[in-house]
Amino acid sequence: MQDGEAAATGFDPMAVVFCGQCGELLAAGDHLACQQRAELEPPRYCPQCARRMVVQVDPVGWHARCSRHGQYASD
Amino acid sequence: MTAVDTPTEVLARAREQVLDNGVGLSQTDILTVLQLPDEHLEELLALAHEVRLRWCGPEVEVEGIISLKTGGCPEDCHFCSQSGQFTSPVRTAWLDVPSLVEAAKQTAKTGATEFCIVAAVRGPDKRLMAQVAEGVKAIKDAVDINVACSLGMLTQAQVDELVAIGVHRYNHNLETARSHFDQVVTTHSWEERWETLRMVAAAGMEVCCGGIIGMGETVEQRAEFAAQLAELAPDEVPMNFLNPRPGTPFGDLPVLEGSEALKTIAAFRLAMPHTILRFAGGRELTLGDLGARQGMLGGINAVIVGNYLTTLGRPAESDIDLLTELRMPIKALSATL
Ligand code: SF4
Repeated sequence: MQDGEAAATGFDPMAVVFCGQCGELLAAGDHLACQQRAELEPPRYCPQCARRMVVQVDPVGWHARCSRHGQYASD
Repeated sequence: MTAVDTPTEVLARAREQVLDNGVGLSQTDILTVLQLPDEHLEELLALAHEVRLRWCGPEVEVEGIISLKTGGCPEDCHFCSQSGQFTSPVRTAWLDVPSLVEAAKQTAKTGATEFCIVAAVRGPDKRLMAQVAEGVKAIKDAVDINVACSLGMLTQAQVDELVAIGVHRYNHNLETARSHFDQVVTTHSWEERWETLRMVAAAGMEVCCGGIIGMGETVEQRAEFAAQLAELAPDEVPMNFLNPRPGTPFGDLPVLEGSEALKTIAAFRLAMPHTILRFAGGRELTLGDLGARQGMLGGINAVIVGNYLTTLGRPAESDIDLLTELRMPIKALSATL
């Protein structure tokens, strides 16, 4: 998850391969626009597999669930 | 308003008509205000602020919102990432009642008096109405806060049901000027939305109705929209500025200029001196921190704090700190009942 937002319990930061904003490989491109967007957007793609996640925004944060890799949440 | 009116003349007339007498500007005068050169912006905002203080007072109404049902909507509102008709990355999600109550508690902690439950639907079905009824009851049992809803187009029976369960305000945005609506939505009409609003008002619920500025409408259509809202006379007008959503037909539209957004806020205040004019989505992108302050001093008297439905907002504390700094008290719950 490139946006520095948070990670699932037991989540290995080394497993971050995909951009949570655009779903593309982090290694492909600089994702600067994605980083800017992340200030006002929750991640939509799983950082481990790029599947689209089910995201719930609440007044103070967000939760996101990947069908394969489980739950992520803001701090 | 005639062709010879100068900016000074139209502002002088607004001062007398709106500030002194509480009568909103006509569509023609709203257009003149929207077309004022930027060098008159400060003067315009100052007048709109005076009008707000005179007719609404210094209090600011604070609200939080939550998406009960996200995404997968059958409608095609071209700005909306929750439409199932576009290739937006937003997936369908349902919130359970305990999470809904938790969100209401989080909202109340900010000092907010309003909590709005929103669903991405054309109109509610039985399942959604049942979930709303259960959720509203659970919130009322646990949290001291007014509950509003935004569930799309309603039948009369649904309006009556919402009244019966104690929903005090209903949001249904007309979104844009009637003459521009078919460029924004094709799956339902402006008139269908108006009909729901008419039923809501007749049933005694407070009406919340606004829209999104920056969806390719002309300045003339912005003035038209303000006049149409003034005719509806809603209790609250939420002002959103387009935040172009990836994958939607409006995904590539430019973000509105900050000065345009501020002029629109002031013009809407001069069109509707008595309404609750709320800062809603898109302000972070369009106005930033400085613009948010200018808006609060330019006619706005209500804010949505915290996150929106699918996007994130400024932290609630930033807005609350700003209100403290501006010496604008948060409207108390007792003042809203
Ligand atoms: S009806 Fe509401 S949720 Fe559905 S597409 Fe339009 S704005 Fe989005």
